[in-house]
Amino acid sequence: MMPEQASVAVSFASVSRVFGEVRAVDNVSFEVRDGEFFSMLGPSGSGKTTCLRLIAGFEQPDAGRVTVHGADVMGVPPYERDVNTVFQDYALFPHMTVYDNVEYGLMIRKLPAAQRRRQSEEMLELVKLSGLGGRKPSQLSGGQRQRVALARALINHPSVLLLDEPLGALDLKLREQMQDELKDLQRRVGITFIYVTHDQGEALAMSDRLAVFNQGRIEQIGTPGEIYEHPATAFVAGFVGVSNLCEGEFARNLTGSTRPFAIRPEKVALLAPDASAPDGAVSARGTIAAVTYLGATTRYTVAVDGGRLTVVRQNTGDSGRALATGDGVRIAFARDFMQTLKADNA
Amino acid sequence: MSTAAASPSLLQRVSSALYLHPRLLLFLLLTPPLMWLGVIYLGSLFSLLLQSFFYLDDFSGQIVREFSLRTYRDLFTASHMDIILRTTLMAAVVTLAAAAIAFPLGYYMVRYASMRMRAVLYLGVMLPLWSSYLVRVYAWKLILAKEGIITWFAEQLHLLWLLNAILSIPVIGGPSLSISYIGTFMVFLYIWLPFMILPVVAALERVPRSLIEASADLGAQPRQTLWKVIFPLALPGIVAGSIFTFSLTLGDYIIPRIIGSSRPFIGQTVYQLQGVSGNIPLAAAFTVVPIVIMGVYLMVAKRMGAFNAL
Repeated sequence: MMPEQASVAVSFASVSRVFGEVRAVDNVSFEVRDGEFFSMLGPSGSGKTTCLRLIAGFEQPDAGRVTVHGADVMGVPPYERDVNTVFQDYALFPHMTVYDNVEYGLMIRKLPAAQRRRQSEEMLELVKLSGLGGRKPSQLSGGQRQRVALARALINHPSVLLLDEPLGALDLKLREQMQDELKDLQRRVGITFIYVTHDQGEALAMSDRLAVFNQGRIEQIGTPGEIYEHPATAFVAGFVGVSNLCEGEFARNLTGSTRPFAIRPEKVALLAPDASAPDGAVSARGTIAAVTYLGATTRYTVAVDGGRLTVVRQNTGDSGRALATGDGVRIAFARDFMQTLKADNA
Repeated sequence: MSTAAASPSLLQRVSSALYLHPRLLLFLLLTPPLMWLGVIYLGSLFSLLLQSFFYLDDFSGQIVREFSLRTYRDLFTASHMDIILRTTLMAAVVTLAAAAIAFPLGYYMVRYASMRMRAVLYLGVMLPLWSSYLVRVYAWKLILAKEGIITWFAEQLHLLWLLNAILSIPVIGGPSLSISYIGTFMVFLYIWLPFMILPVVAALERVPRSLIEASADLGAQPRQTLWKVIFPLALPGIVAGSIFTFSLTLGDYIIPRIIGSSRPFIGQTVYQLQGVSGNIPLAAAFTVVPIVIMGVYLMVAKRMGAFNAL
């Protein structure tokens, strides 16, 4: 549970960062609360990594103000900031052992060697790497390197930990396992995590709140539930999960109004063609145009007057007869599930 | 294509045979270069080593082809040790100076210079290598001579007293720059510097920017990042460069002959021994010296962890 009056860990006030002609970060404002797991989600080039680098101090804003725990960090170099980063490529020092990598921050602060070793042992235990301290990074697997990078950052007890797509290089199974571990770790150490990713599943699974970036701007900020269930723009609806975007004639055929809306594939029911739609539901007759079997689910493309809808059904085994291409169906969805959209930020 | 597949030409049959027998291909490709390496490089080195264990008969002036340490006993006499020490010291000083110039220059080229500036600097480093070695050395003789441009500049700047003070330093000084160890050092440094800069630049290029950022992120000031991260990672490049500058200085016989006091270096001595005196065994023993020094140097470098970053 987030305390109601959580203090602010990081805030951006109308921040811009321009590289030549490109506005990498374009008048962005947001706040990250203390102790929060906050994600910055977006496609590559959307400005999320630049925002992270602005917090770390590798970049300076061209306009606006970045504050960390209330203090303006304009002109403060990275080595004087109370934040640490887990880099996308881990950036482990190849000429040092795991111990020396983890203890680097403490060595810089001139802690006695015995104390450093005790703390690094603790950290390695926290990230489940006990006994590997004497190895070189080149002798570790990708997942292990990732943990070393995490331990090396956390040992300094930063007020904010920045993570730049730290799971990007791992395979799927390991990635899912690390997602759970990272989330668990964040709860235990209680440090604010700011997490950059282009993987919407990852952002939904781990974050307390997330910001969706597009072309240097924030499209929407909210909890995973808010973002998924109530996307504010067509971009968010399309980028986070899969959505059917309905506009113009297509929307009028379904709802009687041309107002654009989005509907999630799993919210659409497939009924027999002559079945009556539930009260107040949006409903239309259609034909199955394509069937794609996905294991746990099956995805149907349904041709409806004016357009096509993607519908996903769980393969529970009792969801009625299998549908084939060419079958007539009736689609139906409750008006509550419709997400009315405002125009994209652009 | 279908007709070709029906009756493959000789060329096609050869290429499919090679494709199906990769070891045969490897054998055919590697034999000539390995022969070259084995016979020309290692073979001549071995015969050199062998020669150094023969000796020159003092009375007849003939080479006696039987195993003996007599030549090495001769090598370790005071006047010969003098030559070895002089050459080794010069090589070490040239190497240190080259590294001291190459590291900051290389760092600037890799981290800060624009693409255009980088190309200009690369060209500046490489260009002297395209012109004749002898021309450059003789040019330096003119530059360093008493009537040369350096003396002239010192005069214009009223710094002649400084030049004279430097030249009056015992041992390394002399009547003019072109007849002193300082002059020899300057020309050695000029001639071999590219061989230090290129590997150092290559090593620095391989240090990812993210490591430098990670170091700063973990609280290290730029000076600390330089010594804890950048320098250790560039060290293999510096060692590689120093192998060039050190061994090239150890073996050179032209520069000290044209520029410097007339006291001999190893290269000149070898030239003298094998040509004028016909003492091939002692010449061979002298050439073994740089090889041994380089071997010891590399072992020490390895022991000190110079190659840990590789």
